[in-house]
Amino acid sequence: MEMIRKALFGLIFLLGIIGPDIVAQLPPPPHPPRLVVDRTSTLDLSQTNRLEEKLVAYFDTTSTQIAVVMLPDLAGYDISDLAFRIGESWGVGQKGFNNGIVIIVRPKTAKERGKAFIAVGYGLESLIPDAIAKRIVEKEMIPNFQQDRYYEGLDQATDIIIGLASGAYSKSNYQEQDGLAFLVVLLVMIFIIVIFSRLIGRGPTHMVSSSSPEMTVWKALWLASQAGRSHTGSWGGFSGGSGGFKGGFGGFGGGSFGGGGAGGSW
Amino acid sequence: MKKGVIVIISIVLVVMLLYSFFKGSYNSMVQQNEQVSSQWAQVENVYQRRADLIPNLVNTVKGFATQEQEVLTGVVEARAKAGSIQLNSDNLTSSNMSAFQQAQEGLSSALSRLLVVVERYPELKSNQNFLELQAQLEGTENRIAVERMKFNEVARSYNTYIKSFPQNLLAGLFGFETRPYFESVTGAEEAPKVEF
Repeated sequence: MEMIRKALFGLIFLLGIIGPDIVAQLPPPPHPPRLVVDRTSTLDLSQTNRLEEKLVAYFDTTSTQIAVVMLPDLAGYDISDLAFRIGESWGVGQKGFNNGIVIIVRPKTAKERGKAFIAVGYGLESLIPDAIAKRIVEKEMIPNFQQDRYYEGLDQATDIIIGLASGAYSKSNYQEQDGLAFLVVLLVMIFIIVIFSRLIGRGPTHMVSSSSPEMTVWKALWLASQAGRSHTGSWGGFSGGSGGFKGGFGGFGGGSFGGGGAGGSW
Repeated sequence: MKKGVIVIISIVLVVMLLYSFFKGSYNSMVQQNEQVSSQWAQVENVYQRRADLIPNLVNTVKGFATQEQEVLTGVVEARAKAGSIQLNSDNLTSSNMSAFQQAQEGLSSALSRLLVVVERYPELKSNQNFLELQAQLEGTENRIAVERMKFNEVARSYNTYIKSFPQNLLAGLFGFETRPYFESVTGAEEAPKVEF
């Protein structure tokens, strides 16, 4: 009884604490996936498309994802905090490489100062250190943003980031990792099939020799191992990577952020 | 004869199911415990990163603000104190954790005092070296916040797992203990604001 109460309390606690605060308030990822997300209607369509095209092209050749997110409000978060949370929950960058960048801009309004932040994924921290990120915000973005030239600011900032981040990750070394994972999965599948077919093949001969319990034991063993597998599987799970190199932007890849980057306001 | 076979089969089946349950729960407890430990290592890393920045920062400030000896000494002492508490992930108890946190908060407040004092020295504030250090320090504080948040998340999922039924039976048996969280110290979330 006590246990059930505790479990219930835990559930309510989790729903209450994590639910609305972290999950519900974060801006949802774009559908279909895009790298340029303007929820403020600051950029016009051709500007958005030009920026998107540039970033998708860069993603296609390097697997590095640079997401530009313009928001009308920060949902009560610090801009830096929000940038890391968005990067982490959308999964900007590739899983394992963590080569994602999130640029958040909250345009200046009559009441509030404008804010901008560049969040740098773990894997790019050495190429774009905080001091450099700060310089990009202060020298490329803010001077343009002050004159309402949002597209120019973002265009120049992303150009510099692309220049800095180039060379670290390439499409081929991303695909290598992908290929390796595929190979491992293939080997495991072959292994399972071989074992299974051997069991099946063995079955009838035993049946004939009238020791059917053994066959059931094997089956039970196999069933139990399957049960164990599905059980552990549900706990080891993290968001898998999704590639998608053909055509447009295929989706975010599960990159992780550790607090690198810098921002500014105007 | 037939009845006996059925009984044997069902016993074997029950044993197998029990085994797979024990194995599954035990292994994921081990796995999640390891996740907490490795996240703790990340937390220590970012705190160390901050400690490593301080000598450089203190030297830079010293060159411009010679009369602020007291504040500078405060930072150096707080750094030494924070460095003296190294906490291994194996002895993460809540009392150790709060001592660790207290020492690190001491360093945070000494640093913010230093940054307030710095406002009085325009040449220092425009010094390129200082600006870089300041950006790095801000970045390190961000990293500390992120890694602490991630630590709390993995610790919470681990704690929830080992406290839930039926894993709590196994957790007690094998000595898996709950992990403490980072508590936000009152006033610590608010970075000191400097008014002009």
